[in-house]
Amino acid sequence: MRLSLPEEELMNSGHMACQGCGATLAMRYVLKALGQKVALCIPACCWSVIDGPFPYSSLDVPIYHCAFETAAVSASGVKAGLEMVGDTETTVVAWAGDGGTFDIGIQALSGVAERNDDILYVCYDNEAYMNTGTQRSSATPYGAWTTTTPVKHFKNRPKKDMEAIMAAHRIPYIATASVGYPEDLFKKVKKAKDIQGTRFLHIYAPCPSGWKSRPEDTIKLARLVVQNAIFPLYEIEWGEKYTLNIKIKEKKPINDYLRIQGRFRHLKKEEVAFIQEEVDKKWERLLANVNGNQ
Amino acid sequence: MGNHALSYGAMLGRSQVIAAYPITPQTQVVELLSEMCADKTLDAMFIKVESEHSAMAACLGASLSGARTFTATSAQGLALMHELLHWASGGRLPVVMGNINRAMAPGWSIWSDQNDSLSQRDTGWIQFYCANNQEVLDTVIQAFKVSEKLLIPSMVILDAFTLSHTYEVVDIPEQEKVDEFLPPFKPEITLTPDDPHAFGGLTSPEHYFELRYKLQKDMEKVEALIEKTGREYEKMFGRYLGIVEEHLCDDADLIFITSGTMGSTAKVGVDELRKEGIKAGNLRIKVFRPFPFDVVRNVIKGARKVAVVDRNISYGHHGMFFQEVKSAVFGHSDGIPIFGFITGLGGRDITPSTFREIAQYVREKEKPEENIVWIGVKK
Amino acid sequence: MKKKNRAQKIIFKSEKEFPLMPMSVGSMLFNKTGAWRNIKPVIDLENCIQCGICWKFCPDVAIIIEDEWPVIDYDYCKGCGLCAEECPSKCIAMVEEEK
Repeated sequence: MRLSLPEEELMNSGHMACQGCGATLAMRYVLKALGQKVALCIPACCWSVIDGPFPYSSLDVPIYHCAFETAAVSASGVKAGLEMVGDTETTVVAWAGDGGTFDIGIQALSGVAERNDDILYVCYDNEAYMNTGTQRSSATPYGAWTTTTPVKHFKNRPKKDMEAIMAAHRIPYIATASVGYPEDLFKKVKKAKDIQGTRFLHIYAPCPSGWKSRPEDTIKLARLVVQNAIFPLYEIEWGEKYTLNIKIKEKKPINDYLRIQGRFRHLKKEEVAFIQEEVDKKWERLLANVNGNQ
Repeated sequence: MGNHALSYGAMLGRSQVIAAYPITPQTQVVELLSEMCADKTLDAMFIKVESEHSAMAACLGASLSGARTFTATSAQGLALMHELLHWASGGRLPVVMGNINRAMAPGWSIWSDQNDSLSQRDTGWIQFYCANNQEVLDTVIQAFKVSEKLLIPSMVILDAFTLSHTYEVVDIPEQEKVDEFLPPFKPEITLTPDDPHAFGGLTSPEHYFELRYKLQKDMEKVEALIEKTGREYEKMFGRYLGIVEEHLCDDADLIFITSGTMGSTAKVGVDELRKEGIKAGNLRIKVFRPFPFDVVRNVIKGARKVAVVDRNISYGHHGMFFQEVKSAVFGHSDGIPIFGFITGLGGRDITPSTFREIAQYVREKEKPEENIVWIGVKK
Repeated sequence: MKKKNRAQKIIFKSEKEFPLMPMSVGSMLFNKTGAWRNIKPVIDLENCIQCGICWKFCPDVAIIIEDEWPVIDYDYCKGCGLCAEECPSKCIAMVEEEK
């Protein structure tokens, strides 16, 4: 039997995640790639609950449950502290949800990236403030239902382009990843681990509870979203060099992806067509950036 | 200047991680520390954060990893850190911070006022109020020792401009002697993969209460530790800080209770009053948190009247030193009338004549008729 | 598994037993999340091709590899169905939990 990932686990069973949670798979794979010599800074997000309450933890690595807005800069502080007490080996990771990255945490993240502080920032994206019960974030895609964007006023602003924002900071490494492509994710984390400076990893993590999808569809969604180019997998180095990791010959239609999620069920044909148009345009822009390298 | 005394204290204390954001009138603290880090006078990492909230966040992360941390701020910056001040104390992280007392906006003010630090009196930080540059430097070094022993953060507070920007001669202790007095920070438990724990996780009603009980119990040991540390410092460096500074209180009929630089001004006022035959005295409170109940009760028990002077106000209530002194004295020296005065907000000058005015007012009254007597307001 | 047998529910009888700050001192392995499920996966080893995909996609680390074969740890399996859904040879069935 040849497993495609190392067998050793740093995440244990017994955690509090919902059935079929994409965020737990993200953590499981990232820890496999990083190994035990890490320190995680986790702000308020699903993972601050998934890990388990005091006095327990479900991870075999140290965690600092930091204040909501501070994931990135708490990690900077931890990294500086560890260095000053003689530990230059431990990889310091900020592990935040989309809320703590795109919204309340964006200032600290921008500060860290501008200074190029030596941390690995991982955003696991379930596209809303899931921990507090599915309120919209700026990572919520156009058309989605959330409790603060009910069906009559569904989210009508596009998802914030976090990669473009991070690229503007000219940091050494940015990558998108999906739990539907664990080997690609693993490779990227391994690559990021050995780079000095601010590294930003954006992982797509489906949430059956908030998306109103079946728990068993989590991986299917995480694959479809790449294959229809809503969430393409690519890397950006130093804000300039774009590399596409999963090449798509023909984009899958977005409808297969939208209709197995309750949060999109209300969409009318014209609205779906609009979304498809936007996806197509964004894909062309990405290809232009990728080809601009050649 | 007073600000530089903070920087020297942080340097001699061998701070390891400093994260700070500039704000008038604190800027000189961080500018000098920046230079010290750049030319390696101080072996520390200086994180040039983009806000005060991030400054405290970085300090907390570094402290949790086992490094000695220092930061400085003022008014709006301190207020911005408010959420994280609770983190520092609840997380038992011994960060030492300099705060320059400056009035809270609006309107924009850069001048001296105690509301900023006093608004944080409930956050579980030790609070030292200084009145001269020597005191600032000595307090920072001792604050590291006290904070690290009991794992409670400290703030060392200076008045804007009257202390932060005033130049005075300061005796700077030798690094070797400070090292002897203050050994490196070596907490038992830190954030490290060698001994992994999750810090600060979800805490239910089953557990939160005891954790906070422990913080208060340790706060109750701080006063004695400050005393002990102060005596150790006196042995090595010849200067004793103390919890309060008493000036002619022993036989005083009227005792002013003050803090910060107005406490020095009060001494001049007291001396002038004494020349006129009025037995005045001044009690300058140096340690406000934990509140020195016994010391205060003891000093004022022989007085006929007490006048507490606040450069702050808790809206809808009274001056905050006034509130705390009254609560300390309740049930003890109940007979002594305690008068509350508010003056100097937003940096309005406090001079020896302020104290003469207060003494005059108090002389004409048997007991307080109002809870706030405003001195200096153009009514 | 030795790790899960050592994990216990922690009860503090007095404040003296608490750590100074909220800090974990035990593992969540004491929490047998198997109690959450209504349906459970059953692997038909006859048709299993030993690809490891079920092990890879379990969010609860409730599938372990023993002697090159996948084994479900029913103490923790939450019954999400990802293993059954992703299995390429469709040899995992989701069956109703017995009472």
